[in-house]
Amino acid sequence: MSEERQIQLEVLRYNPETDSQPRYQTYTVPCVNEWVVLDALNYVKENLDPTLSYRWSCHMAVCGSCGYMINGEPKLGCKAFIHEYGDHIRVEPLANFPIERDLVTVVEDFIAKLASVKPYLIPKEDKPISAGEFRQTPAELKKYKQYTLCINCMLCYAACPQYGLVPEFLGPAAISMAHRYNQDSRDGGRDQRQEVIATDEGVWECSFVGACSEVCPKHVDPAGALQQVKVASTIDWYKEHLMPWVKK
Amino acid sequence: MEIIKTDVAIVGAGGAGLRAAIALAEADPKLRIALISKVYPMRSHTCAAEGGAAGVIKSDDSLDLHFNDTVGGGDWLCDQNAVEYFINEAPKELMQLEHWGCPWSREPDGSVAVRPFGGMKIKRTWFAADKSGFHILHTLFQTSLKYPSIQRFDEYYAIDLLVDDGRCQGLTALEIRSGEIKQFQAKSVIIAAGGAGKMFPFTTNGAIKTGDGMALAYRAGVPLKDMEFVQYHPTGLPNNGILLTEGCRGEGGILVNKDGRRYLQDYGMGPETPVGQPVLKTMELGPRDRLSQSFWHEQRKGNTVSTPWGECVLLDMRHLGEKKINERLPLVRDLCISYLGMDPVKEPIPIRPVVHYCMGGIHTDIQAATPVPGLFAAGECACVSINGANRLGSNSLTELLVFGRRAAMSAIEHLQSGLSASNDTALSAQAKASEDRIRALFERNTGTETVAGLRKEMMHTMEENAGIYRTGEELQRACEKIAELRGRYANLALTDKSKVFNTDLMQALELGSMLDCAETVAVGARDRKESRGAHQRLDFTARDDQNFLKHTLAYYHPKEPPRIEYLDVVITKSQPGVRDYSGAKK
Repeated sequence: MSEERQIQLEVLRYNPETDSQPRYQTYTVPCVNEWVVLDALNYVKENLDPTLSYRWSCHMAVCGSCGYMINGEPKLGCKAFIHEYGDHIRVEPLANFPIERDLVTVVEDFIAKLASVKPYLIPKEDKPISAGEFRQTPAELKKYKQYTLCINCMLCYAACPQYGLVPEFLGPAAISMAHRYNQDSRDGGRDQRQEVIATDEGVWECSFVGACSEVCPKHVDPAGALQQVKVASTIDWYKEHLMPWVKK
Repeated sequence: MEIIKTDVAIVGAGGAGLRAAIALAEADPKLRIALISKVYPMRSHTCAAEGGAAGVIKSDDSLDLHFNDTVGGGDWLCDQNAVEYFINEAPKELMQLEHWGCPWSREPDGSVAVRPFGGMKIKRTWFAADKSGFHILHTLFQTSLKYPSIQRFDEYYAIDLLVDDGRCQGLTALEIRSGEIKQFQAKSVIIAAGGAGKMFPFTTNGAIKTGDGMALAYRAGVPLKDMEFVQYHPTGLPNNGILLTEGCRGEGGILVNKDGRRYLQDYGMGPETPVGQPVLKTMELGPRDRLSQSFWHEQRKGNTVSTPWGECVLLDMRHLGEKKINERLPLVRDLCISYLGMDPVKEPIPIRPVVHYCMGGIHTDIQAATPVPGLFAAGECACVSINGANRLGSNSLTELLVFGRRAAMSAIEHLQSGLSASNDTALSAQAKASEDRIRALFERNTGTETVAGLRKEMMHTMEENAGIYRTGEELQRACEKIAELRGRYANLALTDKSKVFNTDLMQALELGSMLDCAETVAVGARDRKESRGAHQRLDFTARDDQNFLKHTLAYYHPKEPPRIEYLDVVITKSQPGVRDYSGAKK
């Protein structure tokens, strides 16, 4: 570790108050090899250019703030290691989101979509706190645990070609979050969520490119969740239309 | 200036702020709730907590044991009435989270599992693998989406409280996207804005942990309490301070020095326990302050391992095996491999103590109320105090829940207490003054100081003079230096003159908060001439209950150092005793 090298950090700049369109600015940054791209941005901010704007906080890949396009791929700035790149690194805001300023994007659309799938437990049965926990075996936990790991970093939206084409698409993270609750043994809210996710803007918009799962820094596998939702929704459809006497 | 009228304004949307918001929404759907945070809720630093949350649930445990572990762990600086309330509420709050869908780790029979943590006589830490804070935060955030009455103001930075007619009636906040200042008029205000670990250069804390909530209350006349007590977590990655949870040791990881010796036995925490069979409340399961202090001594003796990132000891988890590490500590393994290039399954991990948590904070009572009517605080920014001189691991996540909810209840009681109508003219005048202050900073062109420059000097000062072991001389130096930096702050000029998402301005405001907090740490530490918990003086090595069984209260002055007063600790049933973490004596 610790050998230093210089990189050219090319960063997309855009200030809506002064720029009619985005431009690129290149900084020469002396890096320690074990640095991540976020460290290089922080170097610029502290030493070269206090006007550079970007979001970040935890620096340990759990808060989900620092998603950027790094050499064209959606990555967390705090988990993109300098040693994995050459001497020229390009950083841009996450694709498919409007740019607010520099690397800061407007994320309200994602937040609204997440909220729309009712991402909270809708209990099968009411039970007072004093009655203790809902029992859930490790095997039942395992069934949905993976989908709880989403940090809302939105890399999957930046990677999703369909979200780029059809902005109404609910998108990978929101649908996996619905799936997370649907798969939870304590939950009874699937029917309510299906109204949102088993629609044209929901799972049926997904063309199963699988890019979402490739870029996910937490291995949530949203593509897998989407396919499971599609299969389950198809079964629902058949039951409803061909076998109306069978309960869902 | 836009005026937003609400019933309760909450500053901060991490664990405590979200818990408060949900409690308000559940208590009365008609209440208007403004949840104001400088980041989107799921970015809040609660997400980084790993190990778990303490609450008595198992039949071999008892409230008394949780009480004793907490009060002894806090070196008897805890207010015991607050601790009693806390431990009573803790299990209900953790169970509530279970009912909201938190993916707690489970026993084979489906009941909630608990794990051992440092300083505990019985294992009582509820956990969700080693991502407990993350899951708690996301469970709360997602649950909060159920309630339409919670109106979020994401990416709004709180500037000043509005205090009129002797009570808090709102605040001003900067909408980061537009650079506009807004006036929030509220009947009750809850501050839940987290700690201030970023005063130090080497910390587990995220970039956002800059003491803004503490400074907000402090500048409005509320004292900051016990700020000199700063917890070093014993096991941080040496290159960047990333936390490796106490769960590593709870699951059986051991600490060794360069000779492979489990050195904790040389610091009153022996005798050695068998490898892989951790014994509660001794050796690696001693309290955080003692473990961090032992490291300091080992380094002095030349017993540490030299690494490219400085002196370290080794956290050895190899004997746990790959299966257990993957199941119980997946994040720890990932962090070690990603950020250090080392796999805990295969090799011991170099670690060193790292600034982790502020025991001190906004002075509140057991109802989460500050001395200013209408102003409440909860979570790390507050000091109730249940943590005393050293917080017991896994009490802080529970604290967010218990006192987040308590603050909400108090906020409701306050707004139902027959408040007189607010004086809009007076509030608007205050809001205008607040806006003028920010505008002056924003427009100043002649300053010679920079945010990065002052911040570096502050961090260096704190690390050099207010660390694990302290002396009067060094602390005096810290007091003088921080006072100087506060003076020079007036000469700060921004480079960024844009109104849109101006992080140069944000960081300047955050620096102002940290300088205010840092001064209370330095002055409180200098004046506390004893050693207790996380505050260790080389020139006053013993605990002094005669003179310092007291809370420090620091009062703000715009130009001078804080005025210090003292307040007696509340003792109900546990007289100060010896903190015994030696396994042999039991």
